[in-house]
Amino acid sequence: MNFNFNFVGRRKWWYALSLLIIIPGLIAMVLNWPSPLNFGIDFTGGNIIQVQFQQPVNASQVREVLGGLNLGNSSIQAAGNNEFLIRTTELNEEQTDQVIGALRDKLGQLDLKRNEKVGATIGRELTIKGIEAMAIAWVLMIIYITIRFEFLSGLAAILALIHDVLVTLGFFAIFRWEVDSTFLAAILTIIGYSINDTIVIFDRIRENLRLRKKESMEELVNRSINQTLTRSINTVLTVIIALLALMLLGGETTRTFALAMLIGTISGAYSSIFTASPLWIDFRKLSRERHRQAAVTKAATKAKTRKATSH
Amino acid sequence: MAGGKGAGGFFKLAIVFIAILALGIGAFQPLIRAMKLGLDLCGGVYILVQAQSTAEHAVTNEDMVALERVMRDRVDQLGIAEPVIQREGSDRLIIQLAGYDNPEEAVKMIGKTAQLEFRTSDGQVVVTGKDLKDAKAVIDQQSREPEITLKFNAEGTKKFAEITQKLVSSYSSGDPKRHIAIYLDEDLLTNPHVDEAIPSGEAVIRGGFASFQEAADLAALLRGGALPVPVQIIERRAVGPTLGADSLARSKTAVIVGLALIALFMLVVYRLPGLVANLSLIVYSLIVLGVLWALKATLTLPGIAGLLLSVGMAVDANIIIYERLKEELRNGKTLRAAIDAGFKRAFNTIFDANATTVLAALVLYFLGSGTVRGFAVTLSLGIVASMFTAITLTRFLLHLVIGVPAFHKLWLYGVKEGQIPVAARGEI
Repeated sequence: MNFNFNFVGRRKWWYALSLLIIIPGLIAMVLNWPSPLNFGIDFTGGNIIQVQFQQPVNASQVREVLGGLNLGNSSIQAAGNNEFLIRTTELNEEQTDQVIGALRDKLGQLDLKRNEKVGATIGRELTIKGIEAMAIAWVLMIIYITIRFEFLSGLAAILALIHDVLVTLGFFAIFRWEVDSTFLAAILTIIGYSINDTIVIFDRIRENLRLRKKESMEELVNRSINQTLTRSINTVLTVIIALLALMLLGGETTRTFALAMLIGTISGAYSSIFTASPLWIDFRKLSRERHRQAAVTKAATKAKTRKATSH
Repeated sequence: MAGGKGAGGFFKLAIVFIAILALGIGAFQPLIRAMKLGLDLCGGVYILVQAQSTAEHAVTNEDMVALERVMRDRVDQLGIAEPVIQREGSDRLIIQLAGYDNPEEAVKMIGKTAQLEFRTSDGQVVVTGKDLKDAKAVIDQQSREPEITLKFNAEGTKKFAEITQKLVSSYSSGDPKRHIAIYLDEDLLTNPHVDEAIPSGEAVIRGGFASFQEAADLAALLRGGALPVPVQIIERRAVGPTLGADSLARSKTAVIVGLALIALFMLVVYRLPGLVANLSLIVYSLIVLGVLWALKATLTLPGIAGLLLSVGMAVDANIIIYERLKEELRNGKTLRAAIDAGFKRAFNTIFDANATTVLAALVLYFLGSGTVRGFAVTLSLGIVASMFTAITLTRFLLHLVIGVPAFHKLWLYGVKEGQIPVAARGEI
């Protein structure tokens, strides 16, 4: 198929659309400081108990039992079919046994599906390692992009990457979706993967520049994006198929991961088409403008000095 | 590389196609069955214990070796097929019991912070579990009575010699103060009388056992309960068997549906080359599963996510090549020239596009927690395998395909006759 959409011409709108998601996300993170995201026990430390009762039980009954153990302020989430996810502060083994024992005694037979505890130390370690991993991934990407691209396209590619990470974080910040260690995996994968489409488009721009026809830079970039559009959309579609299958049909623990990846992947496709290349054009214009002005001032000062010396 | 002409080409192609299909059908099931499943898929327990240093005693390597031994003893008592017990860092121990259907019991067994203490009548702790080397139940040759022999290590021997000497010289035989009580986690196990000073580091607890079994149980407690250092469970992930089975079933559905939809997508959008890509995907999956199996990797939920995701990303290489192929065809190239150009010009793009993802996966592998490592492994393995199959196998298969004249129709490649230059119409 041959497309001929004018992506570049309406770039101000695309920038605005991106900011429309990023800025509320940033605000949500600032407002919720010091917990910008809804960090789960993987980061904060604590216990999760997932139980399924064999007879009808409601959340308030569960809360009552927990209240009796001074754990009334725990988070209790009904997971359907008399199943509950109970998140508490960090408990030791005895306390955990007490909770399970009390639930069994007061509410009847139950199936203990999940019993997790993450110590505060482990949570801290994950946070530190996560930050380290992010930092290293960013440095590697920047090195790769620097080697691979000339300065201005590299800058545009990195901004597109930051865009994708911020959009993903933004959604999770606004909706307060719980974040666990797989979220970290998702963000790192997004950093690695979302650059792909950008690389493909920039490659095409470079190729077209070599055989440049009589057309403006806007037209050339537009042509490049349109030429690679089918590829960009189709590759993202297959990844989205995989992610939707994981999110809707897969196991519980990978759901957060699939959701984060889904947002990041869609944002990545969007940013490579609507943000990266238009940004490159703007940067290019700006730098040309600066060079031109520098040349003008230089010429002007030269003229001035000549004038001054001639007097 | 290219196939022959006409019927010969078709024959060759048919053999390769059938071979790949047969390989897929034959090897898939056994490979999947041979895969070791993580505890999130079959239920089980993951426990990370940390030895605690105290003011008097910093955790040493010997402590950890002893701790590992004790934990192995305890786990063995649960009768688990393949427990994984490994050291992590200087003071941590990972215990993984996959497939164990009673996580609660396992946690209790391992989490027991049993500490063995020998105390004098005034409550003073004279020897602890870490001074004890061994405890064994035996039958005394003369009296035919069950008894327990204790062996102390060097430090324990010294301490035990001092205190027994002191007790023997301070109190007369039969005095209740001449006893040494043995406590396991504040429970009094036994309170034997000190008959004589014991400088050898080998003591015997004699008398008071109703049966040999009672002595043996106590000896096991002394041995197994003798944790060299206090420990704390700092991370525990227990997955009940029902949740594990549920996750496994869900993952299977997700993978089957995901794969089927991706294959359908490729077939509808790219037609004949799409079919070729799907055949390559079969080989690709076999390579990935085969390598995972050879690495003795354990398949976890995040690992499965990585596998499925890598397939979604893997077809990217095919898509890049096929889009190029279409473009070259539209520019009037012949099929063979278009395929060669498509592969040649797409290679750099494919390499670039995948390199960054592998870089990120590597970072994740080296810095990620245990849960996401499986994901990093399957994802990067999947990407490398996909590049390999896309560049070699897909190309080989496509050449076989165009060796068959019947497959020269443009619509089979998703290009319309009207889209190519007039001069190039007809033979492609």
